[in-house]
Amino acid sequence: MPELLRLATAGSVDDGKSTLIGRLLFDSKNILTDHLEAIERAGDGPDLAALTDGLRAEREQGITIDVAHRYFATPRRRFVIADTPGHVQYTRNMVTGASTANLALILVDATKGLVEQSRRHAFIAALLGVPHLVVCVNKMDLAGWSAEVFDRIRAEFSDFASRLDVHDLVFIPVSALHGDNVVHRSTEMPWYDGLPLLTHLEQVHIASDRNLIDARLPVQHVLRGVDDGFRGYAGTIASGTFRPGDEIMVLPSGALTTVRDLHGPGGKPLSEAVAEQAVVVRLDGELDVGRGALICRPGNRPQTGRDLDAMVCWLAERPDLRPGTTYLLRHTTAETRAVVTTLDYRMDVNTLHRDEQPDSLSLNEIGRIRLTTHTPLHFDPYRRNRHTGGFILLDETSGSTLAAGLILGPALAAGNVVRHPAAVSREQRASLGATVWLTGLPAAGKSTIASELERLLTAAGRPCYLLDGDNLRHGLTSDLGFAPGDRAENVRRVGEVAKLFADAGLIAIVSLVSPYRRDRDQVRSTHEAAGLPFHEIHVDTPVDVCAARDPKGLYAKARAGEITGFTGVDAPYEPPGAPEVVLRGGDPTVAAAEIAGLVSETRNSAIPRN
Amino acid sequence: MRGDRSQLEVLESEAIHIFREVAATLERPVLLFSGGKDSAVLLTLAAHAFWPGPIPFPVLHVDTGHNFGEVLEFRDAAVARHGVRLLVADVAADLAAGTDPAASRNRLQSRTLLRALRENRFDAAFGGARRDEEKARAKERIFSFRDEFGRWEPRNQRPELWNLYNGRHRPGEHIRVFPLSNWTELDIWAYIGAEGIELPSLYYAHRRQVIPRDGLLLPRSPLLEAGPGEEVFEATVRFRTVGDATCTACVESTATTPEQVLAEVTATRVSERGATRVDDRFSTAGMEDRKREGYF
Repeated sequence: MPELLRLATAGSVDDGKSTLIGRLLFDSKNILTDHLEAIERAGDGPDLAALTDGLRAEREQGITIDVAHRYFATPRRRFVIADTPGHVQYTRNMVTGASTANLALILVDATKGLVEQSRRHAFIAALLGVPHLVVCVNKMDLAGWSAEVFDRIRAEFSDFASRLDVHDLVFIPVSALHGDNVVHRSTEMPWYDGLPLLTHLEQVHIASDRNLIDARLPVQHVLRGVDDGFRGYAGTIASGTFRPGDEIMVLPSGALTTVRDLHGPGGKPLSEAVAEQAVVVRLDGELDVGRGALICRPGNRPQTGRDLDAMVCWLAERPDLRPGTTYLLRHTTAETRAVVTTLDYRMDVNTLHRDEQPDSLSLNEIGRIRLTTHTPLHFDPYRRNRHTGGFILLDETSGSTLAAGLILGPALAAGNVVRHPAAVSREQRASLGATVWLTGLPAAGKSTIASELERLLTAAGRPCYLLDGDNLRHGLTSDLGFAPGDRAENVRRVGEVAKLFADAGLIAIVSLVSPYRRDRDQVRSTHEAAGLPFHEIHVDTPVDVCAARDPKGLYAKARAGEITGFTGVDAPYEPPGAPEVVLRGGDPTVAAAEIAGLVSETRNSAIPRN
Repeated sequence: MRGDRSQLEVLESEAIHIFREVAATLERPVLLFSGGKDSAVLLTLAAHAFWPGPIPFPVLHVDTGHNFGEVLEFRDAAVARHGVRLLVADVAADLAAGTDPAASRNRLQSRTLLRALRENRFDAAFGGARRDEEKARAKERIFSFRDEFGRWEPRNQRPELWNLYNGRHRPGEHIRVFPLSNWTELDIWAYIGAEGIELPSLYYAHRRQVIPRDGLLLPRSPLLEAGPGEEVFEATVRFRTVGDATCTACVESTATTPEQVLAEVTATRVSERGATRVDDRFSTAGMEDRKREGYF
């Protein structure tokens, strides 16, 4: 049976969303005769928009009230469309629809260009980690089928999306009214060489969207046999893979045991179970495990903590979110009370501007909070795992759902330190700063490129300063050695200094081996949390080339055993997962120029990536 | 198989997760059971969800008194097979209490259902409704909050995020739960075939006397006789839904196995309700109005 794709649609009122969905269903022959008869207008073909507005009030007022789910199929795939209204209550419904979607479909009216809603919906889709984004530029018939109009909208949207965390972004010019590029290729727009919408929806690769790495099974319910002593733990696998015989750890107790057997629905024995499968697992030994426990692997545990840093979408008409208030928090199968300790900022999703001193969050507003839970949560950052990173806040009295939350990570221990508000905003400063972070093996050529970059930028009149790892060890980090913990602290300090420089308006150029990915990612996330650009440059020189250069003779010493813990010899180097630039050999001046080009287009990044 | 799970497995896991959430977080659930194919699938999924234990809640049949004999027979057999307790809420009791005798019994079900939920203090009721059935149902959440009068308020539904379902409620309020929300008629038949789920014989082709009325074929029975000028004839038919015997129509068909039905449903150009339900044809908002009153 074909694979299932869940998509959420979004778009402003009158962008033609209902018509597009109607067209998709109609042209793919997914409308049944009696439904078609109901929307047939005298002599004028079907009113496709009327297919999707189902409630009395919707028909009367011509608006869409709440998310509707629609189902259709082609021989290649089956689809669930969460059709979310573009109207006033946009965020609430969009969040509901997007939380389970593989793909978000955003409509833009070619005659109007990007409007607030387009940005808002792109922002929400990115925030919720919807893996694929498709922008349909609709009403191309009214825009004279113009490639220029399409290109302009695409450029503008891409520019906005570059400030978000969007990985797969596709643009399709369509006319929902006439059916161009919806199911069938348009003959009016020969300049478009991409796929029609339906073909794209059929082909987009979704199998790898699930997290198949981090084994996590939140225990939902304990099941017992009638009189055979069977005791199994039922739950839906949040991510990763489990097999009989796996060594596992049960949280919060930390008890270690193994998976005795695994069962699918109705007791079907399984040799393997993966993310999103509902299972019953039996464990070796007698353990005290109940709802809210989490089964994982001892070598790959989630984080555990009571102080969390999170983004929240406030979904309630009232009350507003206010710091100091206690809510019920649902996270996987666990429920606990949580107090919002701080409201760090409110996000304007149109401008991506942060209001850093809000009192509260109201309906449809998005902000960053810190909260403290009554009992510890076992979580992963949302970015890594939707199911162990997402939570909801409920009203203690009425039980209603107030907010959707996305865990960014543990809250930093700020204690009673209060942030002093600055009198000058970043935009008012003489120049916009950024951090360029060069990482790579010792003797990879980082310092040479960094010096060259400093020279180039200075010549171009850009304020900048080179923070060289070796030099800093004479002062700022002179108390630190080379053990992993010391290296982490070294990277953290240099990262903080770079952040201050970048905030002050300088380009901070850092040249530092910084071998551990986690340490660098931490620096990135503190930059992004502060809205500062961070460019990671991997100077990817093979280790034998570095050792052959060896200007300081360190490789030779390390290989002779005179120094230990040397990166590339007896200590690991973890290359970046997604660096902005990878440099492999070549002229340092050319490399520096490439980086200089990057910082000349510096923009503020909007969503914290941690 | 890694990254390659079939649609049915995905839907089955989702439904099982929903069943387990309710059992773990609500006090007194009940499963609404009409004896139809969606009920049969629902009951099978419940058994799968709580294996190797028994289904931890009773089933409730809201009995219009207008039943097909085959359905009642099936109901009793299914309940016995799964070892669950059956409760019957009698629409006739509410009729006797002095309501308009001309009112459609299908419509009166809402009142009877709410009375039964209240009397038994049920706080969660599983229903087999699917979003693909009807426009108003397409707007329904999986956990659907109902106020103390059993009302559904489409403008004020709880947001439903990821697979975190919120069943919190105050005394008197309850939650309707729809584990089959994301299933289509095709999925139901595919699952019936794959799992070998038994159904009332009405679902497969058989000879029966029918009365053609308003483009539908109504089954002739002691509850439904031909009107003046209407001609009764015998045809080979099956039912796509079974409900109140006075307003459920059948379709001409030769399908005698789930596989043959699946093939027919794949090829049909008429929706399930369009082909079979007299009551939904009165008004485009018929279902919405009934849902607001407390229908499931």
